[in-house]
Amino acid sequence: MSVLGGLAMAVLLLVPAGAGLALVALSSYRLGARLNVGAALASFLAALLLIWARPEANLYLRVDDFNIYLIVLNNLVSFTTSVFSASYIAHELETGKLTPAYLRFYHATYQALLFAMNLALLANNIGLLWVAIELATLITVLMVGLYRTPAALEAAWKYFILGSLGIALALFGTILVYLAAQPVMGQGLPAMAWDRLLAHAKQFDPALLNLAFVFLLLGYGTKAGLVPLHAWLPDAHAEGPTPISAVLSGLLLNVALYAVLRFKMLMSANPGALAPGPLMVGLGLLSLAFAGLMLYRRGDIKRLFAYSSIEHMGIIAFAFGMGGPLANFAGLLHMTMHSLTKSAIFFAVGHISQVKGTQRISTIRGLTASHPALGWGLVAGVVAIAGMPPFGVFMSEFLVVSSTFARQPLLALPLVLGLLLAFGTLLWRVHGLAFGVPDNAPAAPVKASVWPMWVHLGLVLLAGIWLPGPLVAWFHHVAVLLG
Amino acid sequence: MHGLEFDIAHFLAGGMVVLSFLLLYQDRVYALLNIFALHSLVLALAVGWQAYIQEAHHLYVTAGIALLFKAIVIPMALRRIVRQLGIHRTLEVVGGVGRDMLAGAALVALAIMVMLPVTAGADALAREDLAFALAVLLLGLLLMVNRHNAISLVIGFMSLENGLVLAAAGARGMPLAVEISVAFSVLIALIVIGVFLFRIRERFDSVDMQAMDSFRESRRK
Repeated sequence: MSVLGGLAMAVLLLVPAGAGLALVALSSYRLGARLNVGAALASFLAALLLIWARPEANLYLRVDDFNIYLIVLNNLVSFTTSVFSASYIAHELETGKLTPAYLRFYHATYQALLFAMNLALLANNIGLLWVAIELATLITVLMVGLYRTPAALEAAWKYFILGSLGIALALFGTILVYLAAQPVMGQGLPAMAWDRLLAHAKQFDPALLNLAFVFLLLGYGTKAGLVPLHAWLPDAHAEGPTPISAVLSGLLLNVALYAVLRFKMLMSANPGALAPGPLMVGLGLLSLAFAGLMLYRRGDIKRLFAYSSIEHMGIIAFAFGMGGPLANFAGLLHMTMHSLTKSAIFFAVGHISQVKGTQRISTIRGLTASHPALGWGLVAGVVAIAGMPPFGVFMSEFLVVSSTFARQPLLALPLVLGLLLAFGTLLWRVHGLAFGVPDNAPAAPVKASVWPMWVHLGLVLLAGIWLPGPLVAWFHHVAVLLG
Repeated sequence: MHGLEFDIAHFLAGGMVVLSFLLLYQDRVYALLNIFALHSLVLALAVGWQAYIQEAHHLYVTAGIALLFKAIVIPMALRRIVRQLGIHRTLEVVGGVGRDMLAGAALVALAIMVMLPVTAGADALAREDLAFALAVLLLGLLLMVNRHNAISLVIGFMSLENGLVLAAAGARGMPLAVEISVAFSVLIALIVIGVFLFRIRERFDSVDMQAMDSFRESRRK
């Protein structure tokens, strides 16, 4: 049982790492794209295997009830994104925006990113967690700058500076956590293992832990795109290749938030420490309100959905900040739904900007008439992300709002206002994009792969209508665990 | 009883804070690089001293990495980049040196006021080290915020990382994995930065970040 689990864990780490190295050497882009998809599929299957066969935790790696679902989600989305990426990249090559040499680099970094994110999710050691997130940051910086246009370089540079700052603050926080643990647990590696830390968290010095959490929240919060540390996010999403926008929004933001939640659990286990909830609620509401306002005047389609990601990260941070079984349940569900929906939207947006040859919203009209599959896919995705029934996002947002009304009616007011604002803007925008008379500009033919998008939207729809019993029971269990 | 040991550690960590201040008012590229090399040298000494008094031999490795990469290789590499790009001109200081110095002093005071009460339980050595480390970190941040050119940003970021290494060394018995990764990350960071500098030069004919800012403004209407 645990041997199989160990094997699955090894596959999750070694396959992306090995595929990354192999892709550096592989010069054929067709073969590269196939290997990319194959490696992502292998990781996804290994992640599924981990559900049944769980390895023993050691000082470095661990699979528990909380991270297993993120591991599965992470590998599912990177698999579907790799399929989307294959057709997206083929088109970029045809139009000459990218050369085969860059593609080699692109595929290798894609697998390296998958490795870094799997490592971050599997890590039991707070030092290792930090290393993995740092690695993921550096890799995504390189990916965002892939097009080498001035705008892409500027976006990558900004992301690099802000991301490294966040990473630096997070490391300081990690050192402080170790310093709090060291008098209780002695020197050495166990004092950085997360499960051991949790077991002893009661005896830690609360003041040190408070200070550590502030640094960690700011540090990893930067990576999660929480306002006021979000400045890198819209640029990085808009200027990088679209598959990377999908992975950034759908996965990397979750990984950063996951790190914050791990430390939040440590804080909650210590009775003397500051309650981490209000800080997260504050940042969450701020992100929601800010992104809601910023959505209104976006002219770039990818930038629009990047702000929508900030909004949703705000909602998730808010839900976990409220705490309690119901809000945590909603937060977990929302993390899943947002990942699936947002990456589906980026799949649609990627192909749309390719056929139209532009990312400017004002020049795109009547998509449902000119490109029915992409147009209706975008409409369905936006309806889902705006939080309309019958999609899963509606359910998780409804749970957040209703649990907030029950406990803190005053906080529910700005929450609902922010949600409505974002809702209205998104629907208004998609109306312009999808309906109306299409312009007669010649559209570039694109061999779009639409099934990754439909799979994601289908899952979100399914979750909105019917969540399987075992999944609900399991979400409940984790929600209680999160405190 | 630890009089001398404590004093030397204190002296070295304090030296880093002073050098961080020196970084703040440099207006020539080469001077900035020299001070950074000195900053890293003092870091190597401080970490080496911690290794000696804590009898933590793995810290010697960290000190060695700091000495080799940050005090020698990286400044030399940056010097080379600067020479190749022909940007050894003066660096403009935004808002004046006086203001920076005052802000820096305020940040050091903040670091000490935050760290000392919080770490009352820890031993004196770790406390002082952490307070200084936080001060170096904040000063590095100030340098990054207040400069528009890429070289100052890079130096600011690396001096900030020096502060982190100092903090990691001060935390007694912190496992080796982290320190190596810090050094390693700086190396990767340098590669990334180096690549960036060249490309930025290609596109903008300067490493002045203001050029990028103006570009951005014109794009976002």
